Amino acid sequence: MIEIRDVTKSYGSSAVVDRVSMTLPAGGLTSIIGPNGAGKSTLLSIVSRLMPMDGGQVLVDGLDVSTTAGDVLARRLSIMRQDNHITARLSVRDLVSFGRYPYSKGRLTADDVEHIARSITYVGLGAFEHRFLDELSGGQRQRAFIAMVLCQDTDYMLFDEPLNNLDMKHAVETMKLLRRLADDFGKTVVVVLHDINFASTYSDRIVAMRDGRLAFEGTPEDMIEPARLQAIFDVDCRVHAVGDTRLVNYFE
Amino acid sequence: MATSRPRKAIHRSTGARKDRTMKSLLIAVPVILLLAVVSVLTGVGSLASGLDGGRGWLLIVESRVPRTLALMLAGTGLAVAGTIMQMLARNRFVEPSTAGTAESAALGMLMTMIFAPTLPVAGKMAVAALTALAGTALFLKILRQIPLRSVLMVPLVGIMLGGVISAVTTFVAYRYDMMQSMGTWMSGDFSGVLRGRYELLWIAFALTLIAYVTAARFTVIGMGEDIARNVGLDYNKVVTLGLCIVSMVTATVVATVGMVPFLGLIVPNIISLVVGDNLRRTLPLIAATGAGLVLACDIVGRMIIAPYEIPVGTVMGVIGSVVFLYLLLSRRTHAS
Amino acid sequence: MQADTRRISPAGMLLVTAALALLSMLAFMTLGAKGSWAFILSFRGTKLAGMILVAYAIAVSTILFQTISGNRILTPSIIGFDAMYALLQTVMVFALGAAGANAVDPRLQFVIETAAMVGFSVLLFRALFSGATRSLHLLMLVGIILGGLFRSLSSFLQRILDPNEFVVLQDRLFASFNTVNADLLGISAVAVVAVTFILWRLFPTFDVLSLGRESAIGLGVDHHRTVTILLVLIAVLVSVSTALVGPVTFFGLLVASLAWQITPTASHRFVLPIAVCLAIVTLVGGQVILERLFAFNTALSIVIEFVGGLVFIFLLVRGSAR
Repeated sequence: MIEIRDVTKSYGSSAVVDRVSMTLPAGGLTSIIGPNGAGKSTLLSIVSRLMPMDGGQVLVDGLDVSTTAGDVLARRLSIMRQDNHITARLSVRDLVSFGRYPYSKGRLTADDVEHIARSITYVGLGAFEHRFLDELSGGQRQRAFIAMVLCQDTDYMLFDEPLNNLDMKHAVETMKLLRRLADDFGKTVVVVLHDINFASTYSDRIVAMRDGRLAFEGTPEDMIEPARLQAIFDVDCRVHAVGDTRLVNYFE
Repeated sequence: MATSRPRKAIHRSTGARKDRTMKSLLIAVPVILLLAVVSVLTGVGSLASGLDGGRGWLLIVESRVPRTLALMLAGTGLAVAGTIMQMLARNRFVEPSTAGTAESAALGMLMTMIFAPTLPVAGKMAVAALTALAGTALFLKILRQIPLRSVLMVPLVGIMLGGVISAVTTFVAYRYDMMQSMGTWMSGDFSGVLRGRYELLWIAFALTLIAYVTAARFTVIGMGEDIARNVGLDYNKVVTLGLCIVSMVTATVVATVGMVPFLGLIVPNIISLVVGDNLRRTLPLIAATGAGLVLACDIVGRMIIAPYEIPVGTVMGVIGSVVFLYLLLSRRTHAS
Repeated sequence: MQADTRRISPAGMLLVTAALALLSMLAFMTLGAKGSWAFILSFRGTKLAGMILVAYAIAVSTILFQTISGNRILTPSIIGFDAMYALLQTVMVFALGAAGANAVDPRLQFVIETAAMVGFSVLLFRALFSGATRSLHLLMLVGIILGGLFRSLSSFLQRILDPNEFVVLQDRLFASFNTVNADLLGISAVAVVAVTFILWRLFPTFDVLSLGRESAIGLGVDHHRTVTILLVLIAVLVSVSTALVGPVTFFGLLVASLAWQITPTASHRFVLPIAVCLAIVTLVGGQVILERLFAFNTALSIVIEFVGGLVFIFLLVRGSAR
C-alpha cells in the first residue's frame, strides 16, 4: 500500500503538487490521468524519492520514502521515467542487469542471471540481448527499460508516461505487458497516462489530478463519465460502451 | 536546444516597449557622455598643470581622447558581437570568449608574428579575423554534432574548445619563445593606446553599423533555422554574415587592445531582461551600454591602485564573472 | 572502428594496453643507459614513479568525473581547479615573497593546497545542491566562471608583484613532467592509496551512476552522498597531479576519450584500468620518444596538451565523443 499524505511541492510561489492525499492499495493497475501541468509526473517523482517534497509524507508499505535507506526502498519500488538518455553505450543485457543492483551490488549470482534472462525473454527481446541500446527501435528500447524494471522485481512498479512516442502497435503491446505484470505476478502497477481510452481499457483504478490537486478517484466505471471528464479536462465528450469497456470520444 | 527562458513575445505591447527602450537610451547616453568626460580627465599626468601651456592639451589629444575612444569602440563592438553570437548559437551564455573566437584570433596573431612579422597591423588583423572565423565556424559545427540536452552544455563546449585552441597557441608560442605576446592579446589593456595605434577599432564600429542595419535578420535567426527558412530568409547567408561580423570585431579588438572577457555576455543579457530581444530596437542600447561598461571598468582600474593601473581585462574578468554567476543562478527554469 | 573493437574482448584489450604500458616503462628505465646501474635505476625510478602516480591520478579522476557528469567531453580541471592552484601559488609568493615561498616545506604546501581544493569543490557542490535538484552542468559552469574569477584575481596580484618574484612564480605555474617534485612522492603515494581504498569500496556504484541521477536513485544508490564523496576524491587526485607536475587540462581528456573508444564495454571494471594504462603509455612512452628519438627539449606537457587538444577536437567533430 502506498500512502500519500498532504504532499506539497512548489516552485517559487506556484504549487505544482498541492496538499495531495491518497492511498494506492496493493495489487492491480492504477492510472493517473489529468491535463498538462496537473502535477502527475511530479507526484510520481516524489513517491519514488527522485524529487524531495516540500511538505507531507509518503509511505510505501509503512516505509517513509524520505528517510528509508535507498537500497531498501529499491527492493520495494521501482520507477521507469519518460526520458531515458544514457551516455554509456550499453547492450540490452547490460541495462537489464542493472535491475539486479539493489540485490547483488554488481556481483551477479546465478539467481540474478536467471532473473535477467527471464526478464529479457518476457518482454520479447531475447534475440536482441547483445544489441546496443542505440541500435534498437524506439519500441524495443522502451521494452528494454521495462525489462530492467521487471528485473528489479519490486512489489511496486511506477511508470511515467510509458506510451510516449510509441505507435499504436507498440503502445498496445506495452500496456498489455504492464497489465500482465499486475495479473501474472501480482505487482502493484502505477502508470501516468495521457490517453484516456488506454486508462479506461487497462486500469483497475483511475486517479485524476488537476491543478496540483487530487480531483477524483475511482474505478473506470465511476470515472469514465462525461460530467467528470468535463470537470477534469474541460472538454466535452461522449462515452460509448463497447463490450465491457467504455471508450471516450472527445474528437467531435 | 531551448534558450534559457521563454523568449518574451516580441509583439506584445510594442508601443510600451518602444517607449521603454527610448527612455533607457535617454538615460544611457548622458551617463556615457559623463563617463567619457571622467575617463578623459582621469590619469597620472595632471591636466591642470598647463592646458594653455600646451602640454596638457597634447596629453589629451595624443593619449586621453584616443584611449576613451578606443574604450568606447571596443565596448560597443564586443557587446554587439556577443549579441549576434547568442542569436547564432541560440544560447544566452555564449560570446567571443566562451566560443573559441578570441582564442582563435590570438592564434592567428601569433602566426603572423612568426611567419610574417613585417606585415602591417591591418594585415595581421585580417589574418586574425580569418582564424577567428574558422574557430567560430568550428564551434557552430561542433554544436550541430553533439546532442545537447542542456542549455549549459553550449558554453561548456565553447570554453573547452577555447582551451584546446589556447593549448595549440601555447605550444607554438613556447616553441618560438613568444609566451609574452600571447598575454597581451588575451587580456585587454588600454594603457598603451595612443593616437595612431587604435584607429583600426573604427572598423569594429563600421561592423556594428552593418549589424544594426541587418539586425532584424539576426532576431529571426535566433528563433531557429526552421522558422528562419519559413519566413524566407537565406539561413546560411545570414549565419555567414553574422560569423564575419563577430570574427572581425573580435580580431580588431584582440589585435589592438586585447580581449575584454564577458562583456559580450552580460550586456545583451541585462538589456534583454529590461527591454526584450528585438534587436532592431535594442541594438543601440546594447552598444551604448557596452561602451559605458568598459569606460566604467577602465576608470575603476585606473583609480584603485593609482598611480599604477589594473588592466580593464582583469577588472572586467572580476565584474563579469560575478554578474555571469548571478545570471546563471537566478534563472527561473533549470534545464538539466 | 566499431567492428574492429568488437572482435577483441574487454579483457584482451586490457591485456594489450597493460603490455604496452609495461613496455614503455621498461624502455624508459633502460634505453640509452650509460654508467652505474644503481644510479640510473634510482634516478629514473623516481621520475617513473612520479609519472605513474600522475598518470593514475589524471586518468581515474577524469573517467570518474565524466561518469558522474554523464558527459564525455568534460574534465575536472576545467571546473576551476587549475585556476585555484594558480591563485594559491600567486597568493603565497605575494604574501611570503619568492624566497619565503621557496622556504616552505613542500609537503606542508601540498597539504594546504589539497585542503583548499577539496574545500572549494565541497563548498561549490553543497551550495549548488542544497536546495532543489540542480544540474551538474550548472555546477561546472559556475566552477569555470569561478576559475575565470580566480585567474583574473591572480593576474591582478601578478601585476603588482615584483618582476623577479614573478619569474619564480611562473616557474611554479608551468607543468613539467620532467622535473617531478621528488619531495612529494611519498605523501602523494599515500594520498593516492587512500583514495584508491575508498574508490574500491564505491566501485560497484560507478556503473550505476553512469545511468544518470534518476536511474541511480531508483536502483537504491544514495546519489547525493556518493557524488559528494567522489568529487572530494577527484579533488584529491587533481591536487596530487597538480602538485607533482603542475596544471594539465587535455591530457585527461585525451586518455579518457581513447579509453571509452577502444573499450568494447562501458563497464568501469575495464574502462578504468585501460585508461590508466593508456595514460602511462602516453606519459612514459611519450617521454621516451621525445628524449631518445627526437632529442626534443620541449616540455612534454605542452606537447601532450597540444596533441590531446587536437585529438579531442577531431573526436568531437566526428561526433564520437559524447
